[in-house]
Amino acid sequence: MRPFTYERARSVADALRRTVGATDDGASAAYLAGGTNLIDHLRLGIRETDRLIDVSHLDLTEVTELEDGGLRVGALARNADVAAHPLVRRRFPVVSAAMLAGASGQLRNMATMGGNLLQRTRCVYFQDPSTPCNKREPGSGCSAIEGLGTYNALIGASDACVAVHPSDLCVALAALDVTVVVEGPLGERRIDFADLHRLPGDHPEQDTTLDRSELITTIEIAGPGFAGHSRYRKLRERASYAFATVSVAAALDVQDGRVADVRLGLGGVAHRPHRARRAEDALRGGPATHEAYAAAIAAELEQARPVPTTPTRCSSCSAPSRRCWTR
Amino acid sequence: MEHDTGGVSTLSTKIVVNGTPQELTHDVRTTLLDALRDHLGVTSAKKGCDHGQCGACTVLVDGRRVVSCLSLTASLDGTEVVTAEGLGSPEDLSDLQQAFVDRDGLQCGYCTPGQVCSAQAMLAEAAAGMPSHVTDPSALADPDAALELSDAEIRERMSGNLCRCGAYVNIVAAIRDTAAQRAAATGASEEETS
Ligand SMILES: Cc1cc2nc3c(=O)[nH]c(=O)nc-3n(C[C@H](O)[C@H](O)[C@H](O)COP(=O)(O)OP(=O)(O)OC[C@H]3O[C@@H](n4cnc5c(N)ncnc54)[C@H](O)[C@@H]3O)c2cc1C
Ligand code: SF4
Ligand code: FES
Ligand code: FES
Repeated sequence: MRPFTYERARSVADALRRTVGATDDGASAAYLAGGTNLIDHLRLGIRETDRLIDVSHLDLTEVTELEDGGLRVGALARNADVAAHPLVRRRFPVVSAAMLAGASGQLRNMATMGGNLLQRTRCVYFQDPSTPCNKREPGSGCSAIEGLGTYNALIGASDACVAVHPSDLCVALAALDVTVVVEGPLGERRIDFADLHRLPGDHPEQDTTLDRSELITTIEIAGPGFAGHSRYRKLRERASYAFATVSVAAALDVQDGRVADVRLGLGGVAHRPHRARRAEDALRGGPATHEAYAAAIAAELEQARPVPTTPTRCSSCSAPSRRCWTR
Repeated sequence: MEHDTGGVSTLSTKIVVNGTPQELTHDVRTTLLDALRDHLGVTSAKKGCDHGQCGACTVLVDGRRVVSCLSLTASLDGTEVVTAEGLGSPEDLSDLQQAFVDRDGLQCGYCTPGQVCSAQAMLAEAAAGMPSHVTDPSALADPDAALELSDAEIRERMSGNLCRCGAYVNIVAAIRDTAAQRAAATGASEEETS
């Protein structure tokens, strides 16, 4: 690990002042939250920083109610605490379920909400500094395209990068009405969750649309109102404690055997959490049957560009989707 | 307190380790795992992978289980750390440690201190009603639903602790025994007080 200095931020304003101050001095700064992604990357030499600004002690850990039945979740709340929170379990069970499907008990005790959103989009080669990787070192090439590509993106990949976003939580958030509130040098900015993460294009080194100095303070989950009926399903290579091969977050409103409304997020398929709008459109207003669900997922995957290393991943999207409906 | 010594900055951090207050001066980059093993001689926490993947370095920070290999010491100023040594001693094992012995919940023993710390916190999490990935979806969505610590629940909740020797079956048995003993003891003391 390259040497850095450690500073504990006392407030949001203090954190911003320290980060912007560092940048003004030509130095780099990084926010430390749970550290489960950042410390690993600093140690691997994938990320370097001059100043580490510890925001993990900021008073941004509450879950509070919004007027319309939604919830406001502090960005420094730990994944374990939010997953177990009674309001989250009742109103957005898909959010609890997604977090509980990720990482381990120890890591969920450390990982924060903001950190989970901003964990690097990555593949196994990104983690190995001895291999070429455009995301780690722009212009060096991509090892995954011709390599061990079991996890390569099916949707929206570019010639520069085929990595997928690894978060489970983000798949659930993609299916809901979520606003990410960030504080930056110019004040507060409210970002629609769909606009937070990027597709790789020619700049896979940029995972998100955030500026480095911007701090996520709050995640607002506003709806939909029928999210009390929502599920998360994850396929992976072992029963527990592994990243997703594919995953599905679904919220469903069935009235008289018809799909009154539906929300669908897909994980493990793209460089960002994927909102399956085509499948939603195919389902909305139609019959709530297995055939309709299967057809909807097929409609979504028409845009998929599977590569030889990912032969079964498209078909594997339908199994967890089916289980979202039936249980 | 931060000092700059030729590019490498050092810090003083106060933590309580297994009941003993400690003040250590360390490189800012020192993880809790390295602080425990290299600075304080607390060697039960093991370095298996150093990447958060194996659970061998699991300790309790303010009662919660964490992987110490990804915890930065500097961030832990003022906390209380408990390792397997703090749960019980060879002469006076904790109920959980004794159950690991009784059930042969170990072979080489490398993963065991992490397993025991993880299990200690996991039992508290379950007792507090925290759900898991295998909790039934209807119970997940109902915070008032009773939670039963089945073997499937124990396995899922302990999946962050790998055991190369494959002592899993006996680890689950040891945890199941401890959960039952503790439930019986609580039941008995509740009867006494009522
Ligand atoms: C072994 C292992 C297995 C895992 N398995 C899974 C899994 O199955 N599913 C899953 O979803 N995840 C998994 N993870 C990833 C884990 O969930 C993330 O590492 C974690 O959520 C990151 O949160 P953190 O608070 O620790 O972030 P940190 O590591 O502290 O930070 C991550 C990044 O976000 C930035 N950051 C953090 N907070 C903020 C903020 N408020 N504002 C602005 N920037 C911020 C940091 O500067 C850094 O760049 C796994 C991790 C490990 C180590
Ligand atoms: S897929 Fe992306 S992250 Fe993986 S090696 Fe290629 S450029 Fe790097
Ligand atoms: S050494 Fe910390 S999890 Fe493996
Ligand atoms: S007992 Fe040997 S690794 Fe678990």
